[in-house]
Amino acid sequence: MRQVLLALLPGIAVAVGYFGWGLLVNLWLATLLAVAFEAAVLALRKRPIRPVIGDWSAVVTAWLLVLALPPLAPWWLVTIGVFFAIVVAKQLYGGLGFNPFNPAMVGYVVLLIAFPAAMTSWLAPATIAEVQLGLAETLRVVFLGEFPPGLGWDAVTAATPLDAVRSGLRQGQTISQIHETLTFGLLAGEGWEWISLAFGAGGLWLLYRGVIGWQVPVALLATLALLATVFSLYDPEYYSSPLYHLLGGGAMLGAFFIATDPVSGSTTPTGRLIFGIGVGGLTFVIRSWGGYPDAIAFAVLLMNMAAPTIDEYTRPRVYGEPK
Amino acid sequence: MRLGRFHGGLHLDDHKAESTGEPIRTLPPGRLFVLPLHQHIGHDAEPLVRVGDHVGKGRPVAQPHGDISAAIHAPTSGTVVAIEDRPVPHPSGLPARCIVIEADGDDRWADGLPAPVADASALSAPELLALIRDAGIVGLGGAAFPTAAKLRTDKNSIDTLVVNGAECEPWISCDDMLMREQADGIVSGIGVVQRLLQPRQTLIGIEDNKPQAIDAMRRAVALAGLDDTEVVVIPTLYPSGGERQLIKILTDKEVPSGGLPLQIGIVCQNVGTLFAIHEAVVEGKPLIERIVTVTGDGVRQPRNLRVRIGTPVSEVVAAAGGYAPGVAELLVGGPMMGIALASDEPPIVKASNCILASTPAMLRRHDARPCIRCGECVSVCPARLLPQQLYWYARARDYDKAEDYHLFDCIECGCCDHVCPSHIPLVQYYRHAKGEIRQLRHEKEKADRARIRHQLREERLAREKAERAAKLAAKKAALEKKKAAKAGGDDPKKAAIQAALERAKARKAELAKQRSTTGEKNETP
Repeated sequence: MRQVLLALLPGIAVAVGYFGWGLLVNLWLATLLAVAFEAAVLALRKRPIRPVIGDWSAVVTAWLLVLALPPLAPWWLVTIGVFFAIVVAKQLYGGLGFNPFNPAMVGYVVLLIAFPAAMTSWLAPATIAEVQLGLAETLRVVFLGEFPPGLGWDAVTAATPLDAVRSGLRQGQTISQIHETLTFGLLAGEGWEWISLAFGAGGLWLLYRGVIGWQVPVALLATLALLATVFSLYDPEYYSSPLYHLLGGGAMLGAFFIATDPVSGSTTPTGRLIFGIGVGGLTFVIRSWGGYPDAIAFAVLLMNMAAPTIDEYTRPRVYGEPK
Repeated sequence: MRLGRFHGGLHLDDHKAESTGEPIRTLPPGRLFVLPLHQHIGHDAEPLVRVGDHVGKGRPVAQPHGDISAAIHAPTSGTVVAIEDRPVPHPSGLPARCIVIEADGDDRWADGLPAPVADASALSAPELLALIRDAGIVGLGGAAFPTAAKLRTDKNSIDTLVVNGAECEPWISCDDMLMREQADGIVSGIGVVQRLLQPRQTLIGIEDNKPQAIDAMRRAVALAGLDDTEVVVIPTLYPSGGERQLIKILTDKEVPSGGLPLQIGIVCQNVGTLFAIHEAVVEGKPLIERIVTVTGDGVRQPRNLRVRIGTPVSEVVAAAGGYAPGVAELLVGGPMMGIALASDEPPIVKASNCILASTPAMLRRHDARPCIRCGECVSVCPARLLPQQLYWYARARDYDKAEDYHLFDCIECGCCDHVCPSHIPLVQYYRHAKGEIRQLRHEKEKADRARIRHQLREERLAREKAERAAKLAAKKAALEKKKAAKAGGDDPKKAAIQAALERAKARKAELAKQRSTTGEKNETP
């Protein structure tokens, strides 16, 4: 687990660079809350606390959730999210190893559906932002909801690239037109591409260390890229390019850190390929035709539901079984 | 030749050098020998002796019971002092029935043992099988299956004889040393088995970490001039020495799930077993001793010993220099498949290939954490099972599902256990589940038999009831017939009564007449 946290650091560092202190503040907050909630539930369940906290899985969930939230998310948003992730999605099912759904994604989806406004108030990346908040100012916004004088949510928020693409398409713009706007950078979205690449690098390190298997990331990214290629060749003005899909939004984070959660995913090698294909495919479908700009969370949760069935039908041929 | 591969497996530090530095040393017989009646797969042997009997070395003290069973012989001359429960090396830790012999110090061979045979090729197949069975030979690779039963098969149905010299488990080196020192004897045993089975080819599989054994066996095969017999060097990988895995490597064929190698025309024998066959047939010696590796950081002088069956483990450890400081656990077998012993009291049995004394540094003792379904176990399982699913089903006591997921194809090699990041003792769960399933099957069988008996009883009672009813009906019918006959007037009884009544009436009338003529009153008629 700790290796997963290490692998997240490069992406976090780049994200903080582009989106400011909010991320760090919330990471600390979420970590403390996650450990506190888990300890409280374990005490209620009369289970030993130290060995469970010592496996660091609550911290991983907390970080993944925060990375999915907007950088200036208020403290109450983080608290409710962590509560649903740790207490409901994880401990109420029996703790690590027993949760059928990815806890971080459950927390994220609950927040997205309950507080859509707060969840879509992203910041503009530092390189193109008009305003950047310092640490003290960030703390005030997160915990007190108070902005510096003269500023408000309108001044600091900006659409994410995925969001811009979706709303632009709805308004009848073409992909090329959308890309000419400010929020688009070198490859995907300004700032986002580097964050995704940093997460990708961390993910490749996890692969090298043998912490995660290759089946889910490769299947997920390949499916996403393939579908994006096919559709963007068919209609480049309505469908984003494969590079955009891979590097925009949560695809890299999802491929290496979220969909690879062993507990809620498929457990057989072939099953993991199917799981990855499913997440990649659903992500493309929801992003292109669904109601939300980013789709990794929903795709993962939908495939979590399918995982036991996938396992049952992807059993390897046992030694001595007829071919 | 092109070798096959099996799925999974682990590259482990082999730790063979610790115990292969010296030649095999023979441990002289001690004072007391404990011989469990169950040292083999199949039915327990039945004692042939009683407490107080004096037995010579090599005398059978227990006979096989049924086809799948084996005889047991006295390892030295002495007196039977007890036939009772004693601690034995079994995973359960429970005691079992043993014949206990106190040595008389003479170590004299019993009379009446089979004579050494100068030319084994003169013996017929049934004679060879009888010698093997009478010598109590079982598989010495660890499974202890009665060898005579394994070799009793039709000729022309065996394509390949596989000789198992792989010895893949770390720390164990008894087969290695046997091959180095007694290759000729092993090859002689191979010759005997070849006469019995007449296989098309014989493949001797030896892992590549045993160069001296490979050389010795090659020389012995060449010297003996055996046809179609080849030493095949295989990569060192645990568990290549598992019967199914070795067969896959040497022949690229898979033994059917739940089946036997015999079904694909293959028989596999361990080198130790083949040497015992040689001793039984050619030397006339029953199975009373075996090579045991005593090793681990917990003994001072790890080595290989020739030990009599029934020797307490404590004596074997003493012969290896005794315990080293810091010894933590004693295992019979190797680090992957061995059984932990509660004490050094149990004896060496036919299946005991190694005594491993481990220190805390050798052990990995962690508390089990929850299974996170990481799938590491899947990647190492040589039987291509899904150990994590077996674990969940075994825990949930969902035995139908566990069997469906091929629980009984698990060879209990311990690879999954070894790699589990949550330190779950997986093999223990599978052993427990297998035991529970066997118990349930046994109870179901009993219940089925009881149900059939009950059904038959019900049928019998119904039948008896019907018979009685029929008898009653017949009686009634006869009675009816009698009544009808009576009504017709020709009942003899009635006629007799009628005649008697008429006689009485006639006499009464006569008496009345007499009274009236004499005028006297008679009160009595």
